[in-house]
Amino acid sequence: MSTVVDTFRFVRNQQVEALPPPNLARGPIAWIRENLFSGPFNTILTLVVLYLLYVIIPPIVDFVFVNAVWTGTDRDACRAETAGHPVGACWAFVIDKINYFVYGSYPVTERWRVNIFFALLALGVVWLLWLRAPRRDLGAIYFFWLFPILSYILLTGGDADFSNGFWLGFIVLSALIVAGFGAAARFLNAPVKPAVLIGAGIVAVIGITLALLEADWGLQPVPTALWGGILVTLLVATVGIVFSLPFGILLALGRRSKLPIVRMASVIFIEFVRGVPLITVLIMANTMLPLFLPGDMTVDRLARPLIGVAFFASAYMAEVVRGGLQAMPKGQYEGAMSLGLNYPQMMILIILPQALRIVIPGIVNTFIGLFKDTSLVAIVGIFDLIKTIEASRIDPNWAAPTISYTGYAFAALFYFVFCWGMSRYSLGVERRLATGHKH
Amino acid sequence: MQTPSVSQASPPKRSFLYDPNVRGIFYQTLLVVVVIYLFYMAATNAIENLRRAKIASGFGFLENTAGFDISQTLITYSAAGSTYGEAFVVGLLNTLVVSAIGIVFATILGFLIGIARLSSNWMVRKVSMVYVELLRNIPLLLQLLFWYIAVLGPLPQPRNSVEMGAGFFLNSRGLFMPRPIYASDIWVLLTAIAVGVVGSLAFRTWARRQQAQTGRQYPVGLVTLGLVLGLPVAVWLVLAVAGANPISFDMPRKGTFNLQGGMQILPEFVALLIGLVTYTAAFIAEVVRAGILAVSKGQSEAAGSLGLRPGQTLRLVVIPQAMRVIVPPLTSQYLNLTKNSSLAVAIGYPDLVQVFMGTVLNQTGQAIEVVVITMGVYLTISLLTSFVMNIYNRRVAIVER
Repeated sequence: MSTVVDTFRFVRNQQVEALPPPNLARGPIAWIRENLFSGPFNTILTLVVLYLLYVIIPPIVDFVFVNAVWTGTDRDACRAETAGHPVGACWAFVIDKINYFVYGSYPVTERWRVNIFFALLALGVVWLLWLRAPRRDLGAIYFFWLFPILSYILLTGGDADFSNGFWLGFIVLSALIVAGFGAAARFLNAPVKPAVLIGAGIVAVIGITLALLEADWGLQPVPTALWGGILVTLLVATVGIVFSLPFGILLALGRRSKLPIVRMASVIFIEFVRGVPLITVLIMANTMLPLFLPGDMTVDRLARPLIGVAFFASAYMAEVVRGGLQAMPKGQYEGAMSLGLNYPQMMILIILPQALRIVIPGIVNTFIGLFKDTSLVAIVGIFDLIKTIEASRIDPNWAAPTISYTGYAFAALFYFVFCWGMSRYSLGVERRLATGHKH
Repeated sequence: MQTPSVSQASPPKRSFLYDPNVRGIFYQTLLVVVVIYLFYMAATNAIENLRRAKIASGFGFLENTAGFDISQTLITYSAAGSTYGEAFVVGLLNTLVVSAIGIVFATILGFLIGIARLSSNWMVRKVSMVYVELLRNIPLLLQLLFWYIAVLGPLPQPRNSVEMGAGFFLNSRGLFMPRPIYASDIWVLLTAIAVGVVGSLAFRTWARRQQAQTGRQYPVGLVTLGLVLGLPVAVWLVLAVAGANPISFDMPRKGTFNLQGGMQILPEFVALLIGLVTYTAAFIAEVVRAGILAVSKGQSEAAGSLGLRPGQTLRLVVIPQAMRVIVPPLTSQYLNLTKNSSLAVAIGYPDLVQVFMGTVLNQTGQAIEVVVITMGVYLTISLLTSFVMNIYNRRVAIVER
């Protein structure tokens, strides 16, 4: 065995620069291969989807943008034979009718009031939904007390006519309530002064509310029959959320209560309302509410579906809130009780603030459903956005083949923007809350 | 006596007003009194108002002649000869038909889109996402109006019907198709179908037991297909060769103004069905996606390491576990679809709400009875479904050890 010594040996002592990956493993081509053509089945799928898109997308783009008519004052602009070219969406129709779609027949000179209502609504929504907004407790008072009163005054003109007898009765009743609080405290050997103050506070809030509603603000009264369009759509949704949240919380607490009759009443109400379609509740409110009231009392045509929607939304909201209550760890309840808090204190100070925070996504999702469902009031003859579009669609002045499509496209866009925006928001909150739980 | 000793054990100064039990009874009594008072007021007012408006009460009106026509009837019904009670049944059946067919199609479409949202194919994933977002965020009422007026509206007059071949015609009055006519010897065919179903079920049970004992697998799917479909077809062929004809078809024929004969499907029905199916499918897709994502990745990896192929992994490991998560929300989507079918009233499909809460309510004015009956029907459907679902849930729930 001879050993051969190679004197000229080369040992690399440095790492060579890595070669770039082959073109097919990176860059757009590789991405396309990986994600669209990774096998025969995927290739076929991609081609089928591409073909579908080719069939669907170009006509839509043609309709919405290329052939759309943007200016014009009547049907001639939107008829192919008078316009001289194929006509897609007739946006001129929407532009011409936009005030009707937003305000309905609300008097032109008073529309600034509706605009203020929109602004107040936006303020309340942002205040409550922006998690880092300052003083969200004040926001809640604003949204659930001040804002409804202001909206009522703004939209109807206020100046509700209560008789003198009504005020006399109210004063007597208030005195009785305050006295009752004092007597109860005395009876229970509790301090009398705070009890009287609580009673007086409740009476004062109701009194101020009523006084604000009765005061003559010098606004021209506008009957609800003239309201319409987006105003009514937002109004129904707002009434739904403003009433359903407090009622829903009460119902959820009732359903989790240890008192059997309270629990049963809540369960029956919630399951009953959730078991029937909204449209039947609306028809019931429309036809049965006048029957159940004394003969001389009438309910406003717009108020009836509002009451129906408020009941309906409360039941759904109750289930969402119940989810939050059940998700609270038992230690929170026990901790609150061991501090000597009573039931209302425990709920208001400890449980609800945390429980409501976790269910914000659920509340927003319920609200999205409610917002879409407001369109059903059109069926019982209320002029919401869909009903105004249905009414404008058959306007002979705008009789053109594409008017229906245009009107529906506009409504779809409106609802989509609102609902999609809200669902993005709720997803964002969900993600934030999820990270919050980790540390 | 036990009680006195207990009360003596507690501090003597405590007033009984602080006893939670006493307070509970007080609050509940208050609630009961308020509820009873509200009901009493409503009832007396209603009686007074009805008397003043001279509206009859009670359920006697169900026996009265209806006097209006309904465009789609599954039972024999005529304006002159039928009662409000029969109109109610017609409306109820129409609701059930559109809901049942809608549930089947919405499930198929929803599962397809839900699985497509998890596809490895980027384009399929994105397109299904756009579908879900678009359909979920636009009110169903708007979609129904769109399908009804904007898509089905421009269909041609009956005299210019679109001929789709095989006896199918499409025009503004709906879709016309051949109507099957059953001869008296149809029972042979029905028996064949029944034998097929029973036989395939029996074979399935037997194959399962065999697999549990010996580990050998049998082609259950093929045998089921053969028994359920093949047997009736074979029997039909034998009958046809023998000269008997259990099913013949009444073909629609073009008349001068309208199509004669055949079976007509209303455009309202088609619009409602398309609207309900596409809308609910978007929600079902999300349910399915969430269910599949809820099965942890370790499960499919473990299945893979046991040597199961991807198809088997999906069928034997992922889907059975996903179903546990999927089924409860899926049921509530089915109920939503059934309740949403009441939007038929907007496009004039004669469902329960349109026939009963619309026409009958307007004709008789007996709001309370009509509303109670209609709501009772929907409540019954809801409660029955949740009852059945609870039983199912108990069966598939994870048994903790």
